[in-house]
Amino acid sequence: MLELITFSTLNGVLYGMLLFMMASGLTLIFSMMGVLNFAHASFYMIGAYFGFEIARRIGFWPGFFVAPLLVGVVGGLIERYGLRQVHRFGHVAELLFTFGLAFVIEELVNMIWGRLPVDYRVPPSLDFVAFRLFDTTYPAYRIFMLATAVAMFVFLLIVLKRTRVGLIIQAALTHPNMVAMLGHNVPRVFMMVFGVGAGLAGLAGVIAGPALVTQPSMAALLGPILFVVIVVGGLGSLGGAFVASLLIGLIQTFAVAINVSLADAIGPSAASLLGELGRAPLAQIAPVLPYLLLVLVLIFRPRGLFGTRES
Amino acid sequence: MMGGFRILLAFVALAAGLVIAPYVFSSGVALTMMSLMGVMIIFALSYNILLGQTGLLSFGHAVYYGLAGFCAAHAMNLIAANKLPIPLPAVPLIGAAAGLFFGVIFGAVSTRRAGTVFAMISLGLGELVAAFALVLHTFFGGEEGIATNRVKLAPFFGYKFGPQIQVYYLIAFWCLVCIILMYALTRTPFGRMCNAVRDNPERAEFIGYSTQRVRFQAFVLSAVFAGIAGSLAAINFELMNSQAVGAATSGQVLLMTFVGGIGNFAGPIIGAVLITFLQISLSDVTKAWMLYFGLLFILVVMYVPGGIAGWLALHRPLLRGGRIFKLVPIYALTAIPAAALVFGCILLIELAHHMLVEAHTDGPMLSVFRVSMNGASIGPWLSALVLFFGGAIGLRALWPRVGDAWAIAMNDKSEEAAP
Repeated sequence: MLELITFSTLNGVLYGMLLFMMASGLTLIFSMMGVLNFAHASFYMIGAYFGFEIARRIGFWPGFFVAPLLVGVVGGLIERYGLRQVHRFGHVAELLFTFGLAFVIEELVNMIWGRLPVDYRVPPSLDFVAFRLFDTTYPAYRIFMLATAVAMFVFLLIVLKRTRVGLIIQAALTHPNMVAMLGHNVPRVFMMVFGVGAGLAGLAGVIAGPALVTQPSMAALLGPILFVVIVVGGLGSLGGAFVASLLIGLIQTFAVAINVSLADAIGPSAASLLGELGRAPLAQIAPVLPYLLLVLVLIFRPRGLFGTRES
Repeated sequence: MMGGFRILLAFVALAAGLVIAPYVFSSGVALTMMSLMGVMIIFALSYNILLGQTGLLSFGHAVYYGLAGFCAAHAMNLIAANKLPIPLPAVPLIGAAAGLFFGVIFGAVSTRRAGTVFAMISLGLGELVAAFALVLHTFFGGEEGIATNRVKLAPFFGYKFGPQIQVYYLIAFWCLVCIILMYALTRTPFGRMCNAVRDNPERAEFIGYSTQRVRFQAFVLSAVFAGIAGSLAAINFELMNSQAVGAATSGQVLLMTFVGGIGNFAGPIIGAVLITFLQISLSDVTKAWMLYFGLLFILVVMYVPGGIAGWLALHRPLLRGGRIFKLVPIYALTAIPAAALVFGCILLIELAHHMLVEAHTDGPMLSVFRVSMNGASIGPWLSALVLFFGGAIGLRALWPRVGDAWAIAMNDKSEEAAP
């Protein structure tokens, strides 16, 4: 039992940190443009595929550094030549643009790399057992993922809170006109933030690709959960996104690990009211839980856990 | 009164068109396609009550379509098993009731807010139902779905609805009824209130309306019509599976409605007919058809936000003024680089798709528009690139002149009207 709790917590925190790598960029982009980027999970997918392609030709480590940069450049170009053109038609058009983009990216990935999962492997330098607890081993690659995610989190925090660049970005989010008056190129700041957000998602993809499965549906699988994270955390709140990421990461992992049904938990007579749902093991219901959480949060606390605005 | 008469005429023409259509396109494929089009027209129009008229962008509209479809399928099985005296043409009413039920439940949760948050909630609800569809096997039937048999129901004036032609007329009837009802809805004070909530919610609140309530009512009505569409789909296919409630179906209805045009009542009808036609015919011709849909959608969002119907409606004042012919030369001229661009793009996609996906097994030969070519040689690629960039440059050069011609045509009209 202790074993299960330890490993599930580790995995849950890891999954949560991965979610946060994407949710942070998505939240920043949302605060900036007031628009949710539907294609954000697609950047994650592109990151994984770029990482795979570079790893196949050169090696894992060049891919680890280059692939996120490439994804960032792709993101910046999309903002500059796509999203900014649509901006004049309003928020709905921007949202729809990113929706179409996610669709096109998935189809392009299908076309280039095929519909089947690709063989993106953990590099040999990280392919060993990190530690052994009771009878279960924990792979070193997962520790590496966790370390990368934490490093990125610290880096983001320092840049946003302690540097001049972060100051300008924060100011541009709330007072774009004033920042422009002071001589900063606000559209360029937006483009950079979009690019960096895409790059972070790409980084998440590069490190998650070998551990999870690199396949064309990975964006469609993760995208909705990402939205749950930032709505539950509160739209535009970076701290909220962090807490919600960890929360959903832990919920998902524990639900999969614990193999009881509602009937076992609350007694067969009470669960029979729920019918099939009561008999299904929790692991099977796990995919439903994030969305259930979303609906509950929206009913009882519509602005999200840490949200400040009722947009 | 002239306007009212013209609208009546339009509906009579529509009804006549629906009746005559099977005689004009009598093949089996055409009949199946037209039946599906009828279902999709209702679905897209119901979606436009939300997006076009109330300004609510939903990413989970398939929930009401799909759930009502499942309810209808179960209801049909139940009616057949117990020999209840309910004929098939009444089944869409069951679908409407199911749509109403789920619309009230989910609408109460999701219409508290508008804008981006509404869009996110609708997405979440859509995913929630889609995730449940994989857990609850009794209702959703798991992988294989719920099958039903429309012929087992009590005959309706001797019709058993076995042949597709009878199903087509059933769908056409409901399609016409729904079009008329939804059109009438846009002309009621409630329909106008929806537009007000879309355009200026603050003012709507100041007049004394609750925007939340108007959104809720519009949402429920839209779910009712989506329910009718879903139950007709169940009748048409005699099978519902969990894909019907999924994100792909929600995306499809968004695509149809937006490409057709959300600002115009006829827009979703045009979109539903066009996209259904392309979907069925393109999927035979090319395997990359999903990519074409995505690109089409992005192009419409970027350059023609009014959709096809909105673009056509721009020409209406010119048509009335009899000045439309002034645009013919410049349109004809622009069509050349535009066609080159489109062909270049198609050629590039087909070449890339073939070489990346199919060349391992089928070899480098492929045919595009019945012209066979070798994807491994440089010729096709070069001509594709020339067409693509030539078209792009030509279109860029001609674009300002289209605007000029447009302005001239408009000015002529106003000068004529002035004296």
